[in-house]
Amino acid sequence: MAGAAPSRLVGGAAARPPSAPTEPPWVRRLLIAVALGFLGLFVVVPIAVVIDQALSQGLGVYRRAVTDPAARDAIALTLKVAAIAVPLNLVFGVAAAWAIAHFRFRGRALLLTLIDLPFAVSPVISGMVFVLLFGAHGLLGPTLREHWPGLTIIFGLPGIVLATVFVTFPFVARELIPVMEAQGAEEEEAARVLGASGWQMFWWVTLPKIRWGLLYGVILCNARAMGEFGAVSVVSGHIRGRTNTVPLHVEILYNEYNYAAAFAVASLLLVLAFVTLAAKRLVEHRARVVDAAPLDAAPLDPDAPAARLVPTEASP
Amino acid sequence: MTLTITSVGKRFGGFVALDDVSLEIPGGELVALLGPSGSGKTTLLRILAGLEAPDVGAVRDDGADLVGQTARARNVGLVFQHYALFRHLTVYENIAFALRVRKRPKREIDARVRELIGLIQLEGLERRMPAQLSGGQRQRVALARALAAAPRLLLLDEPFGALDAQVRTELRRWLRRLHDELHVTTVFVTHDQEEAFEVADRVVIMNRGRIEQVGRPGEIFDHPASDFVVRFLGPVTYLPPGVGGDRAYVRPHDLELVRAPGPADLVGTVVRVTPLGATARVEVAVAEVDGPIYAAVERRQLAALGLAAGDRVGLSLRHARALPSTAPVAA
Repeated sequence: MAGAAPSRLVGGAAARPPSAPTEPPWVRRLLIAVALGFLGLFVVVPIAVVIDQALSQGLGVYRRAVTDPAARDAIALTLKVAAIAVPLNLVFGVAAAWAIAHFRFRGRALLLTLIDLPFAVSPVISGMVFVLLFGAHGLLGPTLREHWPGLTIIFGLPGIVLATVFVTFPFVARELIPVMEAQGAEEEEAARVLGASGWQMFWWVTLPKIRWGLLYGVILCNARAMGEFGAVSVVSGHIRGRTNTVPLHVEILYNEYNYAAAFAVASLLLVLAFVTLAAKRLVEHRARVVDAAPLDAAPLDPDAPAARLVPTEASP
Repeated sequence: MTLTITSVGKRFGGFVALDDVSLEIPGGELVALLGPSGSGKTTLLRILAGLEAPDVGAVRDDGADLVGQTARARNVGLVFQHYALFRHLTVYENIAFALRVRKRPKREIDARVRELIGLIQLEGLERRMPAQLSGGQRQRVALARALAAAPRLLLLDEPFGALDAQVRTELRRWLRRLHDELHVTTVFVTHDQEEAFEVADRVVIMNRGRIEQVGRPGEIFDHPASDFVVRFLGPVTYLPPGVGGDRAYVRPHDLELVRAPGPADLVGTVVRVTPLGATARVEVAVAEVDGPIYAAVERRQLAALGLAAGDRVGLSLRHARALPSTAPVAA
């Protein structure tokens, strides 16, 4: 799923009109019915259930579930984790994508493969890796406790951030690599020759070039960072009011048979999903309108033929 | 300024892009680097622009070393083959870029950009984005952008390569006139010999990372220094020994066709007649010569001769050129 996403911004520019249908009508109807039926069964019905359950005991219960101190703490922690993890992955993603798109170096293929690792590994394993590294009996845990006695990584905010960063780091890089490879580095070279410093080149040329791809990656990264359950569940310890994120809070409420409250809090994640989808659509649309026209394929302007604008002697 | 390139070499892995290249470019000159692809001409241009560093050798400007200088200190204008305009910036901002990064005052930037837009005659298009311009217009914006910071050296990489034939010819003349007005030392890369000969003061012919010959266009055409140059300048026929001199060659316009039988230097059979505007290209097979001989014949004369494929025809030499003495004759 995540592997297919990056190509959309690049390929979007060349969206082809649908070809004339050649399949017999019943085949088309069948395919459409299968697609819609599947979507209904696996997406629409569950969403409806979430909303129905969330409101099953009235708006009052819903409001109380969402504004409950434990829920508020979970929301605050989720926002805090995303606010740390997303910028970190933004910096890493831009750096990694730049290196992979513009340089040929030893280990490039390895880096490209490793970026996909979090997609390939179960999130639970990702969480366990950090427990094994930083836990009380882990590889680095005892050493760290010796030097920074007050620092808790596992069952604390740092552990949750680490696990979230690990799980979400492919999004920005994966999104940017095809965008940067398609755009090449010629504009950056032009900027250098025109006298731009490294920072000027990045802020004035590179960033505007990749902004839509970058925003798209950040949106996906953010959605995953806020919704991540598996890895965070392993490292957090589920301490209410301290290490509980929104998805973990939903699980706790559910395990306590507090269904209405669990679905009420879950509906917040649903809202996040809708906002993400809307933002994604908007970015895709903007990217197509603003950056789509590749320079070489622009039509000649019939009102301003170069022949009239360029002074020439009488043609022989 | 006089640009001096001394024994410059550059490799990319196992590929030798430049091999011991030395060249002097006096200030104000318009020089063409001419050669087939892979001849090293673009690498040399990129070294002058500071986008590549030479492995060995030096590039000096009036004795001052250029290689170690930053792009800003070097102050070179470069027009890329595909222009590399900043696609998210307007025509105005593209041209202003070199001044903005140098943090020049707003009023100065505005005056300079307006002057350049006047020079490239794109008044009224300041707010357009690059994607909304035609190829020829983009090319001129790229040129104005390169000229904005008043570079001491202007470099152009295949400046007319991506344009259609008509626009290309016009821009070619325009560039020549622009150079005559501005007198900025200019180096451009091309693989099109007609382009190089029409525009440049001096032509540098490159092949496999080396310079084959440097000279004024007429000089090179009349006295090619090597067999490579002879071939590179256009269709050529090497004459058999004894015809037209000891080691001689002819170009299509050096040949005259006469109806056989008659007094002629060579006799052959017409293979194909290809009309090309005012002249026609006649392909003739001659027993003494390997491969076809091409003759350029005026259309009117062709009609008078009434030649068609299969006819016997005599070739008489208007002008036979001696091969460069150093070059081995290609069989």
